[in-house]
This record gives sequence, structure tokens and C-alpha cells, in this order.
Amino acid sequence: MLLTISTTARPATDLGWLLRKHPENVQRFDQSFGSAWVFYPEATEERCTAALMLEVDPVRLARAFGRGSGDASLKQYVNDRPYAASSLLAVALGKVFSTVRTGQSESRPELAAAPMPLEIALPAVPCKGGAGLVEELFAPLGWEVEAEAVPLPGFDADSRHVRVRLRGELRLADALSQLYVLLPVLDDAKHYWVDIGEVDKLVRAGGDWLAAHPRRDLITRRYLAHRKSLERAALTRLAEAEGSEAAIETPIEEDAPLMAAGQGAAPAGAAPATDEAAPHADAVADAEPHRTAPLHRKRIATVLEALREAGATSVVDLGCGSGKLLAQLFKDRRFTRVTGVDVAARALDLAERALRLDRMPERTSQRLELLQGSVVYRDKRFAGYDAAVLMEVVEHLDPGRLPAMERVVFGEARPRTVVVTTPNAEYNARYGLEGRQMRHADHRFEWDRARFAAWATATAERHGYRVRIAGVGDADAEAGTPTQMGVFDRD
Amino acid sequence: MTEPSNDSTSQNDPTPSNDPTPHDDAASGHDGTPLNPALGDDRAPSNGAAPQHDPVPLGDTAPVGDPADEREPLDDAAGGPAAQVTCSVPELSLIVLVGVSGSGKSTFAKRHFKPTQVISSDFCRGLVADDETDQTATTEAFELLHHIVGVRLRRGLLTVVDATNVQPKARASLVKVAKEHHVLADAIVLDVPPTVAAERNRARPDRDFGEAVIRRHHRDLKRSLKSLSKEGFRRVHRLSGVEQIETARIAYEKAWNDKTEETGPFDLIGDVHGCRAELESLLTELGWTLERDDAGRPVGASHPEGRKAVFVGDLVDRGPDTPGVLRLVTGMVRAGNALCVCGNHEQKLVRALNGRKVKVAHGLAESLEQLGNEDEAFREDAKSFMDGLVSHYRLDGGDLVVAHAGLKEEYHGRASGKVRSFALYGDTTGESDEYGLPVRLPWAEDYRGRAMVVYGHTPTAEPEWVNNTICLDTGCCFGGRLTALRYPERELVAVDALQEWYEPVRPLHTTVRDATMLDFEDVAGDRYLTTDLVGTVKVRAENAAAALEVMSRFAEDPRRVLYLPPTMAPVDASSLDGYLEHPAQAFDQYRKHAERVVCQEKHMGSRAVALVCRDPEVARRRFGLGTGPAGAVLTRTGRAFFEEEALTEELLARIALAAEGAGLWDRLATDWMLLDCELLPWSAKARELVEDQFASVAAAGLSALPAAASALEAAAARGLDVADLAARTTSRLANVEAFAEAYQRYCWPTSGLEGVRLAPFQILATEGANRADHRHDWHLDAIDALVGADATGTLTATRRRFVTLGTDEEAEAADWWRGLCAAGGEGMVVKPVLEGRTKLQPGLKVRGREYLRIVYGADYTDPQHLERLRQRRPTHKRSQALREYALGVEALDLVAKGAPLWRIHQYVFAILALESEPVDPRL
Repeated sequence: MLLTISTTARPATDLGWLLRKHPENVQRFDQSFGSAWVFYPEATEERCTAALMLEVDPVRLARAFGRGSGDASLKQYVNDRPYAASSLLAVALGKVFSTVRTGQSESRPELAAAPMPLEIALPAVPCKGGAGLVEELFAPLGWEVEAEAVPLPGFDADSRHVRVRLRGELRLADALSQLYVLLPVLDDAKHYWVDIGEVDKLVRAGGDWLAAHPRRDLITRRYLAHRKSLERAALTRLAEAEGSEAAIETPIEEDAPLMAAGQGAAPAGAAPATDEAAPHADAVADAEPHRTAPLHRKRIATVLEALREAGATSVVDLGCGSGKLLAQLFKDRRFTRVTGVDVAARALDLAERALRLDRMPERTSQRLELLQGSVVYRDKRFAGYDAAVLMEVVEHLDPGRLPAMERVVFGEARPRTVVVTTPNAEYNARYGLEGRQMRHADHRFEWDRARFAAWATATAERHGYRVRIAGVGDADAEAGTPTQMGVFDRD
Repeated sequence: MTEPSNDSTSQNDPTPSNDPTPHDDAASGHDGTPLNPALGDDRAPSNGAAPQHDPVPLGDTAPVGDPADEREPLDDAAGGPAAQVTCSVPELSLIVLVGVSGSGKSTFAKRHFKPTQVISSDFCRGLVADDETDQTATTEAFELLHHIVGVRLRRGLLTVVDATNVQPKARASLVKVAKEHHVLADAIVLDVPPTVAAERNRARPDRDFGEAVIRRHHRDLKRSLKSLSKEGFRRVHRLSGVEQIETARIAYEKAWNDKTEETGPFDLIGDVHGCRAELESLLTELGWTLERDDAGRPVGASHPEGRKAVFVGDLVDRGPDTPGVLRLVTGMVRAGNALCVCGNHEQKLVRALNGRKVKVAHGLAESLEQLGNEDEAFREDAKSFMDGLVSHYRLDGGDLVVAHAGLKEEYHGRASGKVRSFALYGDTTGESDEYGLPVRLPWAEDYRGRAMVVYGHTPTAEPEWVNNTICLDTGCCFGGRLTALRYPERELVAVDALQEWYEPVRPLHTTVRDATMLDFEDVAGDRYLTTDLVGTVKVRAENAAAALEVMSRFAEDPRRVLYLPPTMAPVDASSLDGYLEHPAQAFDQYRKHAERVVCQEKHMGSRAVALVCRDPEVARRRFGLGTGPAGAVLTRTGRAFFEEEALTEELLARIALAAEGAGLWDRLATDWMLLDCELLPWSAKARELVEDQFASVAAAGLSALPAAASALEAAAARGLDVADLAARTTSRLANVEAFAEAYQRYCWPTSGLEGVRLAPFQILATEGANRADHRHDWHLDAIDALVGADATGTLTATRRRFVTLGTDEEAEAADWWRGLCAAGGEGMVVKPVLEGRTKLQPGLKVRGREYLRIVYGADYTDPQHLERLRQRRPTHKRSQALREYALGVEALDLVAKGAPLWRIHQYVFAILALESEPVDPRL
């Protein structure tokens, strides 16, 4: 809600000139969620400070979000937006100082073009990644960063808000552009829907400094609300802007949270169910894009190979998520019947969109079906397939529910072949995870190889299957492969 | 003439007196081979035990196989052309009218049946072609007709087909539909002279298809009359001539399996298998008085309280005294003191006694030998008794079904070869297991019917309820026990076998059958659940879909999720200055319906439901909780409260110990209880939520607002006009400080159970008793005792005040409420003090002014916000609260009486589904 910009350039009051807001005036600007005010707490020759203060009307905010998301959580009424330096403040900054950001000035071009000593203070920046990320994002741009987590009142813990002070010798226009881009990036949330227009905004605002920024990928991903097609477009254009052939890594979200595409609706947030699934995966993805990228594809390829070897022509993918395996199954004509099942209706929506089911000719779409169902409820619709796949599913079930899943899949649906994949906990250390830390916040357990083998053997025995265990991904001499797979079959 | 009831599912047994099918003896390699009779149903009882109707009543039409079939039309009816003919049809049947165009079928149908019971081919042709005479639509018209007929029969409705049906093919397809739904088919032939039909058709402009067609119809009919009796109809009623058709009447026969008028009480007795001595002890144990003949042999028994015995079949074979058992049971049945269904062993023994070739195995030899020592008269009598046994009975208004090997719901009250085969042999796969015994499908696990099904057939070590079904065969002849079930008491009584009379081929069935398997179809889609309190509650498919995800991914094992608390509605908004909620509105809302209310302190923590068992054995036996904690502590969405099982166990143990100390187990005559509680502090479970959603808001506000205030102060010092903005900012800072204080009151550090407090405020259910409708003083007294007996200090009492409405006590209660809030409390809940169940809101919450900042935002007390918030509409929330409450009460009824898990789960699931309806979360 508050941003102050100070300078000690002489005369400091030139700041008013540059900002085109007179130090002796208090100005108000209407915003969609309230009013922005610009005033000067100090304005002397030696030091001048301009304050941008956003007064958020919580009613307008709640109404706008309530309508958009259909979400009935308390977050739309009780949230930090009125106090925090979020995308609301970034947008206000963009609008109130729109001409300043161009760096052009007709009357004083040399002043606008010159770096000046600046000090920027933000008392409450919502920051996913903590004070360290503020340092990582601003330091490479020439700022001296002072960032300190705000404590949580009543708890012996830090909040996600950081008190930030930046000092540096920069062009004012650049400083504003950086804030405009990086505030919502730190927050990892936007109050409006992110579309292709955001790519233009990002390229425009980040043209001079973003292409060479060491955290360019993270900035792009977060700024574009994790929408991959937009990310690719932006990264390509940034690379062109830099005139380099810099390798463009497509960030892969390992077990990406399902709500990723809907994050534009934040802060209204997602259903409580996924709230708890705060993705460690993001941390893994941020840290290990190179390692995880091929794993997901390898896993799908290995599962497909197992299904082909088993001679399956009809496959039910239990826990299909957004349909990555389904798409591959569907591509291969030998699979004449492909069904995706997920317990989350939202996942099925994503799969339907990803697979473009609605645009398929009827004859084609008949091969593919999406169903909401649960592996802990017996379901006659699961029966009659050659094979069932549980790819990275079992670890999302509470251990106590595994027997129910076994009975539903192995006891009742009883396909000839069942393919199960799950993480190999022994490999976690290679991802830099410590102790009992797991790859995804929603994982209820991760098995080492011995435990997976024990479970698979016992399950096969109980239900009259044979099981073959294999690894997926590059094997480590000690830890084995990152993913383990069991292929069950029966006569 | 009696109208058949529309929902009748009763079905008549057919009349054939001979064994209808050849039995495949070669295949009877194991314990009885399912027979597959062509007509195959229960056969006419030939002793005094069974049929209540005369199979061929005076004046009735000719039954199948009667030589009368071959007579010419004019000779048909016994009493000559003028005699009135009665067509006696089963209450549930498919009636196929047969007659040429113009024979008067539609008129006949209209005279005797409801319009909805009659499906005519013309009508269906009209439906699919907009023209009843469009012959090009015939194929599709008949498809539709068969479909409608099928749906009606499946739903148990008598159905009449009005079509010419003069060709065997047309009739065959209808008989097939009837068979598919295990319903008998009767044909009624309307036989008029060709001249009459032709005359009638000429008079109808839409029937101009000419005499050639009529003649062809007649030829077909003539031919049909010879074959009709062999086409699978139970009976063919032939009405000859116009007069007989016009004067005929329809009578309805009850199905032989329909004993719905028998309401018990019953003593249901498992497979006796010739164990006469054990049967005598069991009957004595049950309070029966045995009658003996001169030789001292029991020949009958009666119960002083008029109880009736029901034998589940398999009286014979294997044991030492099959004749003795038959003598006793026959006597009881003929005296009207007992009923008996047919077992597979009776079926086979009768065939053996009839001289058919059967494989003598599974104890048949013993029966034949023992019967060989009896005289011929006894053998004949026993044979005729067994031959007359019906394969299943519906008793007590349809609430109880008895069949030897059980019966799935769609077969209840039906009759067909499949039904009989199921009742005698169960749902077999046709395969044999390693002991050479037939592999049986676990139909009981799938059973979802309302009626209790009691059966035998499969020896088990321990009788076990599976979805409202129970098998009483405890292998007496194998040295096990002979078991009886008292109905309606649901009490098991057993006597031990005197010895092992027969060596079992395989050990007694001891695997625990899986009654916990829940089916997607139990919960998915739009659902309508009946409740005592508010009638039918609808659960929308989209809400069920949301609940499916939560139940599957986050909730505890359904065996532990036996109840979820309903949401609670707030009071109407107060107009009192500065307040959004105030007790006055709660008193007003109940004033009309109750004299007294109770105001209960509202603990601010997380709602918790605790399933507490006296010991782990109770948890295992009563709830099937073999592993994990002996009970559960759940959140309001059915999750385990504690991630560590040890904490759940420790908390449950503390409650159980307190209950022991308070003498509650004995006082409530139970060894488990479900408690509704609040678990404190809020941060114990919701720490992440509090941090993310509330503390972080306070952090941002407390960091940003002072900075903004001082910037504005500096600007004001420079002479800038920021007074309004500064005043607003200062006020918002004060509000955020109040907000931060509000949530912090409900947070304190905990470690394990240290710092955790549990405030139970209602005893929801105990064994056999749903206590949710008890008066609140009862609950609070019992809970005071519980809390008082807790030495660990974990349990916390709930402060309360009873208020007589319309007295000064109202104002005193309001002051008390203010005091609670000032001391940091959330507020209170006001509940009506009434006896029994009412449709009133079970409670209204009145939350404190400061607490409400947590839900309405720090600044809600600003007059302009408050004014707007007073316009809130709690209608939906109240409806949701009441519907959830009604579902919860229903779930508790089911839990208390030990209903099958899937039924309890349907209600619990529905509560969770309703919780996903979009409702203003601040209410």
C-alpha cells in the first residue's frame, strides 16, 4: 500500500520534476480497487521523498474477486491486499507514473536519462521465497538490498512479507519498471487474469534489463502466472531482444499443482483441498529444471512401453491429472480405448482442454473418455480394460486407504495388466531434499525401493498377479532411479 | 375385483406339479448344482404348509397343461357359454393379451386395468411415428414397447400388453422380457368369431386393412392355441366368444413367497443338517416348549410368547438324525408355528427319493440310510413336505427376506429359475475352488437393499452382519454351533454342536468379509436422501463430485467417519450501534417455538468429532477397526485431527478413562460413544491457516500502516492537507491492532497433547441410541461428569445459562455474553430446550464484536461497512445448516443401530457435499 522513493541528488526536488508530481500538492488518482495518493513527506534541496499510497476499498476488491472466481473462501474478505505491496500497487505505479517509465522527458531529457541516487522503501512486500529472493532479484540490477522478514504477530515465525529498502544509482525510469515487474513476481500472484497482453508488457518493461537477468526464467514464469505458452513466447522474444541464441529452457513443473492455470484469480485462492498441496514441487522445479524435465517424459515413455509389451489395447489411466499420459496413449492408434479417471473434477477440465476433446471429430473422440472417479470407491466403470495405470498416484493416498485402492483396482477392476509408478525416496537426496522431506507437499509417503517391492509383492500375491519391478530415469549407483515402476500381470 | 397395488413386488409361484426340468446330475460334482428350470420357480407346495389359494379354483380358466387347452372354444369354460370366467393372475405379472384385430383387446384392457398399466402397440406406433397405423414404424414401435414393459417390470409394476400377439415370435419376445425381470407372464386369449372381428373393423375408419389380414390373424391364432401352453406362460386364460369376454373378471393372486403379513417376532434358525439334539437344545434355549410323541420324539414346538420359527433350509443330510429333524420341523410348520424355506440339500434329497439319478455325496448317503429305517408313510410325508418348500419368503411387510443362500434385492418377491437357483445355491461363478466346492460371488458385499436378508448355506465360524444381511450357518454338523437370530431384536443365540458329526471338506469360512467396500454408485451423481426431520434432501452432482475428492484424498478411512457436524447459522443481524450480532435476535428467533433456551459458551478452536471406544476390542468388533487408533478424532471435513496416530490414541485413551471414572459406560449402557467437541487452541490444527490467512494480514498491516501514518505525519508537518487520509490511516491501524489481538487469543503453543484442550458439548450416539435429540441439560450434565472425572486436565467444561424467554434472564444472558466476549471468547450458541426432534434450527451462533473482525475484516466495525453488512442474507446458510443437521441425525440413527457402512456413508458423504455449496463463508 505504500512505496516511497527518495533521492539525495542535488537539487533533490528534481524528483518532483521527474515524477511530474509537484512536491507541494497532494494528488489522488482513481483506481479500480480504490484510490492512489501521491504526496511528499519531505522535499528539501538535500533530500526529497515521494510517497505513493494505495487506499484499497476492500468491498470493491471482494466483489471483483468473488465474481471472478466463484470461490467461497474467507480469503476474498480477509487478505493482505489493502496493506501489501502487491500487483495492485504495481498497477497503480504503472498508471500514475506511466510517462516516467518511458524515460523520456521533453524539457529535461538529460535528467531523465541519467542515473541518480535513489532509495526505495516498501514496508510490506509479499514475497514467496523470502528476503533472499528480494536480494536475488534486485542485486543484479545494481541495487543495494536491505530486506528483512516481517514477523508474524503472535507466532515465533516470519510472515511472507518483507520490509524492503533498496539503494542505488539508477535511472528513475528503470527503477520504476523494475518495481512494476518484480513486485508481482515476488508475490507470485496477480489480481487480474493473465493473457497474451502480459507478454508485451513484460517485454516492454523488462527489455533493457530482464534478458540478461540471472533469474530471468523465474521472473518470466511468475510474471506470466505459470502459463507455459506465454512463457515460451516471452522467453523467445527476450532472447531475440538480446540478440543471442541463449538456450531457452522450457520450465517443467514436476507434478505441477493443478491450479496453476487458475492462479490469475489469486488472491481469492483455491479450494481448501489444494491449499494444502502447497507445492514443494515449485521449489524443486526452481532448483532443478534440468533434472526433472526429462524425467516426466521418460516416465510416460516407460509406462507406454510397458503397456505395449503387455499387448494392451484398452487402457484406463487412474489419476490421469491434466492428461499428459492420455495424450500419448491417444496418439498411438494401437490403443483403441483410452479412459482417463481423476478424482478432481478440475483436473478433468484441464485434461479436456489440453486434449481438445471438444474439437475432435466424433469418430476420433470415441476412443477417449474422461471420468470422475476415485480409486478408493469400487467402480464398475473401471472394469473391462486390458490395462490400468496408476502413474504417480499411490503416494497421494493416505497409507490407510491403500488396501481399499488395492481391492478396487486389483480385486474388482482386475485388468490383465496394472502399471504403478511412484517416487523412489532414496533418490530424494539427489534433489537436495533433506531427511524425510518429500518431493511434493501432497505426497503422503515416498517409498524406498525395499518398501515398494514389499508392497508390490504382497499386493500381487493377494490378488493373483505377478509383478516385475523396474526403474525409470537415470540410475544412480547408490540411490537407484528417481522413479520406480511395478508392472503387474495375471493370466 | 381387487386392484393390485402399484408398487407390489409380489409374484406368484406357478402351478406346475411336476418337476419342470430334467436335472443335470452329471454336473453335480460339488455341493449341489444350480438347476436351471425352463419355467423354473418354486413349485406348488403339496403339504398343508404352503399355498393359500387353490391352484385351480372353481370357475377359473384352464391352467397350462390342462387338457381343456385342446378343447374347442365353445367348450372352454366349465360352466358353459353363459358362465362367468375369472382370470386369476399374479399381483405382479406380465399379462399378454392375444387376439385378432377387432377381438376387443383394448376395450377389455380398459375395462379391467388402469390406463398406465396397459401398453398398446398402436400407442407406441403413434409415439414413434405420429400415426398409430403407420406400419413402417412397427419395428421401432415394438422396441419401444419392450423397453417400457421392461422398465415397468423392473420397477415391480403389473403390465398388460395390448397387441395382437397372434404370432409365436411376438409372444416369445414378451415372455423373454418377463423372464429377464423374473416376473411371470400370463396370456389372456380373446377368441371371437372372424365375422365379429371383421364387422368391428369395418366400423372403424382407421382399420381398413381388409379381410385378408383378419383371416391371416385367425389362422395364426388357431395355430397358436395349440402351442401357447408350451411357450413359457404360467397360465393361458382363454375367453371364447363375445359374451364370455364381456363378463370375464380378473382376480389377483398373492405370490407364495409373499408372507409380508407375518410380522413376527421370529426366531430364525440356521442350517440344522440333521442335528436334532442340538436343534432341541437351541429351541429350549430360545424358550420354546417341545411336544413329543409317545416314543418321546419331538413332533412339534410352540413358543409361549407366540414367536414363530423360520428355518433357513438345509434341515437334512450329514447329521445323525435327519428324520428326527424333519419330524419336528414338519410338525412346527404344519401347526403354523414355523416357516421353512427350501435348501439345496432338500432339493437334492427329494430328487433322490423320487428315484432320480443323483450323485450321493455331501451327506446325502446318511439321509438316505436314516430315512430307509423309517416307514414308507413317513418317507412319503417327508418328501412331500420338502417338495413343497418355497425358495424364499418376504416377511414383516417386506422388511425381512429369508432364503437359504441369500437373495439380492432385485430378486426379492420375484419368481424365475434364476431366482430359485440364487436362493438355493447363491451367486455361483460355475467354477470350483481348491476343495471342489463352488466358488460363490460375494453378493452380500454388493447388497444395498432395505430388507434384512437372513440366510445360511455357507458355513462360517462367526455370523457377521454384512450390509444388513447375515448368514446363520455356523457349521453345527461340522462340530461348530447351531445359531439362531432373534428378530426384530437382532440378537444371536447359539448352542455348541455335541460333536463333529461330519468331516468338513474345507475349514469353516473365517475370512472377514468386506463390508467396508464402498461403491462409486453409493455416492455419485444427483442424490435424494430421506431424512426424518426435513424429508428429502437433494445432493447435487457437482457437490457430490467435490465431496468425492475430499473423501478420497483427505478424509480418514470411512469406517472412522461416521458423522460430520453440520454448519451453524448465525442470528439475524442486530441493529444495535456497533454490533452486527447480538443475543436479542437469537431470543427473538426462538420465542415462538420454545419457552426456554440454553446459551452455551462457544469455544474458539476447531470442531472435532471423537469416536471413543471403551477398549480396542470394541473398536475392532463394533467398527472393524483392526489397525490404527481404537476410534477417531476428526475435523469437520473428516480428516484425522492429528497427523500422529499416537496423539489420537492418547487423547482417546484420556476420554475413555474419564468415561470410566464418571461411570458413563454403564450409565449409558454402551461401550463406545460419539462426541461432538471443540478442540482448542485454534492454532493446534489450523496453525498454517491462521498464519497464512490471518497473522500474515496482521503482519502486513502492522508493518505498512505505521509507515504510512508516519509518512502522512511528515507530509502534514510540511503543511500538506492530508488530514482525512491520515485520520483514516490511523483508524485502520487501530483496527488491525484489534484484529491481531483477536486471533492471537485463540492461539497458544502446543506440543503433542500438551496445551491441547478438548471441550465436548454433546454426546451424539451410543450403542443402540441416537442421543442427538436429548435435551441439552442431559448432555451438559453427562459431560460435566466426564470432564470432572478427567484427571489430565485435557477436558474442558462448557459454561452455559438457561434462559426462560420473555423474562429478565434474557438481559442477564446478554450481559453474560458480553462478559464472555470481553474475556476473549468467541461468543455463544443459543439452542432451544425442547424434547425430541424438531425442525427448528438446532442452534444459532451469536459471535462477539471483536471476534467478528477475523471473519469480516479488521475494518468491519466502520459504520459504513457495518450498515452494509447488516443486509446480509442468512437464508441459504440456515437452510444448509438445517439440511446438514437432518442428514447428521439420520447418520447417527444408522450408526446407533449398526446399519451397514455404505448407508451411514451416504449420509456422511452428503453432509460433506452440502458443505461445498457456495455460501457466504462469513456467516
